[in-house]
This record gives sequence, structure tokens and C-alpha cells, in this order.
Amino acid sequence: MGPIFNAWREAVEQGRPVALATVLAGPRTGQKLLVYGDGSGLGSLGEPGLDDRVREEAATLLARGESGRLTVPWGQESLDLFVDVQLPPPRLIIVGAVHIAIPLVTFANVLGFRTIVLDARGAFATPERFGHAHELIVRWPADVLPELNIDENTCIVVLTHDEKIDNPALAYAVRSRARYIGALGSRKTHARRVAVLKEMGVSDEEIARIRAPIGLDLGGRSPEEIAVAIMAEIVAVRNNAALVDPRR
Amino acid sequence: MRELLPEIERWQREGKQVALATVVKVYGSAPRPLGAKMAISSAGEMAGSVSGGCVEGAVVEEALACLQQPPGAGRSRLVEYGISDELAMSVGLACGGTIQVFVEPLDW
Repeated sequence: MGPIFNAWREAVEQGRPVALATVLAGPRTGQKLLVYGDGSGLGSLGEPGLDDRVREEAATLLARGESGRLTVPWGQESLDLFVDVQLPPPRLIIVGAVHIAIPLVTFANVLGFRTIVLDARGAFATPERFGHAHELIVRWPADVLPELNIDENTCIVVLTHDEKIDNPALAYAVRSRARYIGALGSRKTHARRVAVLKEMGVSDEEIARIRAPIGLDLGGRSPEEIAVAIMAEIVAVRNNAALVDPRR
Repeated sequence: MRELLPEIERWQREGKQVALATVVKVYGSAPRPLGAKMAISSAGEMAGSVSGGCVEGAVVEEALACLQQPPGAGRSRLVEYGISDELAMSVGLACGGTIQVFVEPLDW
């Protein structure tokens, strides 16, 4: 393996967004240009002017987060390129190291998420129960959330059933850029939660971002079935699937 | 790509050559999106997928042929699979779509 592959692998492993342009046909077949989000990169297609041109197009695709095919006219040539875009994995932040969280981490891992479990209660948040999570943070979730750089690629689920843990975490989550926010609990529990959040100064619009009762209604009851329902909803929301009504 | 890295690294440690196959064009409905990848070792092992399993066997053949060529120009190849390709009928995609796959040695 050469320097381009090594740099590419490193970016993928570190979750750094990266585009890799490859010439698919003609005399330059197989030549590559690696481009990072800041426009810097590695490799060459043989001519600096061409590199600049392709780097610009690859950076546009990278910013859009989509792999794509490019045709770049260059003198007498017309270059046929594929630009492969690799984005960091989505993150699932789980507030509450409860029983449901155990299969939830398993399923989220399989779906390619980076899993982070937060719970201040050391009896729940043990490495024995959560050795499969990417991160286990034994502190108050509401204190940790602001340190996690929550972005559109982050989903948050709140599972403790304990108002003094859940509500401050939710109050922070609804003002973050998180793509998905779900809270465990019945409609009755959620109604009570909404009242408390309002008292905390959270707006109706912010509260409406919380998906509760959490998960698609698959009729399941076991922790594993509920974990599937939660992941199914997260997948649907991330894919803008029609079955997930944003006004729910 | 992330999920293929452990296999690729293992093959490397075992002294095997590695080829990479990437879906670079999708026409119609296809089971795997643009950018889907499969890695193939010179021993014929594979990781990942470029279709729902319809064309992987043919891609392994292409990859092995590519790795058998001496290093230098002409090892990479762009191949197309689908029902519209009569030559590829035996490995046509059941879903009716067509895909283009770029197969290359991982030597860069």
C-alpha cells in the first residue's frame, strides 16, 4: 500500500471527511487525488492545473457529502473520474445505561454508529455491561453533552425514566443541532415531562423536536424489540423516510 | 470503507496482494449505492459487497486477473454488469439495474 491509501485509511479511521478522486479511463487510469475538507490533499493526476480543477470539484462533492462521477474536460482529453466521499460515522449518544441501552448499543454498532453511553450512576454504567460501546462516560449527562460537539450527524436518546437525569439532558439536546432526539416513556410520562420542560423555559418548538414515545410502533415489549424500534426510527429519520411524520 | 479495513490489513500482514472494487455508476435500481466497495485478496478472499450478491463472483474473477498482471499500466479495469449487458447475462443483476465497477490493485 502506498502513501495515498495510508492517508485515506487514516482519515477514515479518524472520522475526518475525505474525498478520493480516481481516473477511470484513458492514459491516466487509476491516478488519484486525495482531498480533505480544508482543500488540502495528496497525490497528483500529473499536471498542477488539472489537479487544481479536480480538487475543486472533489471539494464540492465532499461538502455535499455525496460520492459522484465527474467528467472534466482537459485540453484534448475528457477525463472520466469517480469521486469517493467518506464521512465520519454518525454518533448515537445514549443517556441512561439502562437495560434497553445494552441491545441498543449492539444494533447501533452494526448500523455503523459510534456509540456513546452516559450515566452518572456507576451501578448501571459498568464496563461489564457496556464493553461494546465506543465510549462509556460515568458523569452527569447534562454536564457531558455540551462537551460532545453535537452536530447534524448525532442522534440522542434519553432512556433513564429518571426526571432529574432525563430533563436537563433533553433541555440541552433540543437546543443542539442533533438530527434525532428521542425519549423513552409513555404518553403520560411524556406529558409530565413536557410540563417540566416548559417550566425550565424550553419552548414548544424545541419540545416538538423530541420523539416520544420513542421508536417506531413495532408492538414489541422486550428490551431488544424496543432497541430495534428505536434504531428503526433513527434510520427512518436520517433517511427522511415518508413514514416518519415530522409533525408527530 | 471503514468495515473493510481490518480485512485489508490482515491480508497485507499475510503478504497477500489486495484489489479494491468500487461501484462507480448505477443505472436503474441497484442493490448497493454509488461508492459501495469490496476488497479482494490474491488468495480469492473477499470482504464487503458491490451488489446484493449477484455479481460478486464475477468481480472476484476480475480482481484476481487484475492482480495477476505485472505492476504497471493496464491493471485497473472498468467493468459493467446488468441485464442490458448480453456478455454479462450469466451474472446479470436480478433487480434489472446495471452497475459499473472499477477494479484496481491497492498499490497506491
